[in-house]
Amino acid sequence: MAITLEKIPGQEERVILSMGPQHPSTHGVLRLVLELDGETVVRGLFDIGYLHTGFEKSFEALTYSQGITLTDRMDYLAPLSNNLGFCLAIEKLLGLEIPPKAQWVRVLLTELTRIQSHLVWLGTHALELGAMSPFLYTFREREELLKIFEMVSGQRMMTSYFRVGGLALEPPLNWLQRVAKFLKEFPTRLEEYEGLLTKNPIWLKRTVGVGAITADDALALSLSGPPLRACGVEWDLRKAEPYSSYDKFDFRIPTRSEGDVYARYLVRMDEIRESLKIVRQAMEGMPEGPIKADAPHIVLPDRESMKTSIEALIYHFKIVTEGFHPPVGEVYQCIESPRGEIGFYMVSDGSPKPWRCHVRAPSFVNLQTLVKIIEGRLLADVVACIASMDTVLGEIDR
Amino acid sequence: MSPHLEDHPVLKRLRDFTPQAIEETWDFRGEVTLVIRRENLRSVCEFLHGEPGLNFKYLSDLTSVDRYPAEPRFEVVYHLLSLAPYQRLRLKVRLPGDNPQIESVVAIWPGANAFEREVFDLMGIHFDGHPFLRRILMPEDWEGHPLRKDYPTTGYR
Repeated sequence: MAITLEKIPGQEERVILSMGPQHPSTHGVLRLVLELDGETVVRGLFDIGYLHTGFEKSFEALTYSQGITLTDRMDYLAPLSNNLGFCLAIEKLLGLEIPPKAQWVRVLLTELTRIQSHLVWLGTHALELGAMSPFLYTFREREELLKIFEMVSGQRMMTSYFRVGGLALEPPLNWLQRVAKFLKEFPTRLEEYEGLLTKNPIWLKRTVGVGAITADDALALSLSGPPLRACGVEWDLRKAEPYSSYDKFDFRIPTRSEGDVYARYLVRMDEIRESLKIVRQAMEGMPEGPIKADAPHIVLPDRESMKTSIEALIYHFKIVTEGFHPPVGEVYQCIESPRGEIGFYMVSDGSPKPWRCHVRAPSFVNLQTLVKIIEGRLLADVVACIASMDTVLGEIDR
Repeated sequence: MSPHLEDHPVLKRLRDFTPQAIEETWDFRGEVTLVIRRENLRSVCEFLHGEPGLNFKYLSDLTSVDRYPAEPRFEVVYHLLSLAPYQRLRLKVRLPGDNPQIESVVAIWPGANAFEREVFDLMGIHFDGHPFLRRILMPEDWEGHPLRKDYPTTGYR
């Protein structure tokens, strides 16, 4: 039996509305159960699990390197962020040092992923509130970013490009020119989107003051990511616990104090600009050197050395057939994904497969805030609130 | 206990508060883990959350590990975060394999609600005092708890 809201004893009869799981504005298969008084939401409840495929169970049956492919499929709008978090967790477990070039490429691509993910959010958010045109524009720019991802990894979305110890492949020669071209064109495009929305009276009517939450409530509900920064908490894991050399980049954390849908919109728009800054710095300061760590028992050797060196061939055989053995222990590695704090809790028993891998999915946790901010709002505002939380169901259900 | 943890400021204060609550501590890759006795969990969490100067107001993550066939079989793991001063702490409670239950921390961190439901659903650990302890990812009528080690990866067919 599906989950539903139980009647409060003594309360008069209210309408219970089941919104989703098949609903164009729930970003996938999210089902909300809403108790309505007229058009006002009294209580809300989320019902999830329609996409549950047991990724955490599957991690236990795969070697550490094989697990990377699953992380792509969790948050399918930010596959490279997930790859990064997963690899960093394993590298922390192993105590592995990553060469600077690999770190720089990782930063560059994760920031492009952030822009790409925010573009999808912006397009669908606007579409759901009745503005058709931003959707068409943002998907044009997103396409260009996906082509860059395809150029480096061979895949548009399921990239699996970051590997334990570095990167899968050397990026192609002219890829930075392509990134430079994007950087040149994109800022004016961003102005165009802002021109369509930021001061648009309909947009303001639908977003300002809608779905507000205070900083204290947000922290108590473990909210993270842009929605947390929109209520005035200057918290970004890239600054708080810099991973992958983020401390060498100059950027700021955009915050707002209102905590409503409009504030979340402004924070994400500013974040896109900050990401552009980071991408530019990463491109200009790209170091030379290897893209893989010097750890032959963990990192696959390249094809050339396998033809000439017997050690490389043996290592290749060992890594592919058996995997590598991290020390016994447990680590929690979190990174700032476009949606908030994505954490990987990795428990190793010394075997080539993780004993347990838990994913702290930001969308999953942020849902608790969603059902709180829609209380007392109109039914039409629910759509704006869902869009502003930018949830991805693949990550919620895992 | 590793010797340098003797001077860890949070541990020091916690040991002054309730010396018998801490079963074991260790530091791995710079992450401090405390194993807490089940009956002391509530008071330790309230102390870490509310005590001035500690400020663990944010529950970053809550999950569980199945150590089957070892006994005590289950571990419930809490990742706490203090934003200022920046600090992370991992709490761990060991539970027996037979009828595992533990006190809920939803009253301290409301954000624990969905986490505890997930652990209840997938690992079958009961949280006393949880306001809405229902399955969250699996269907309501599902039998068994898929993340347990004695549950086959391919499922029962």
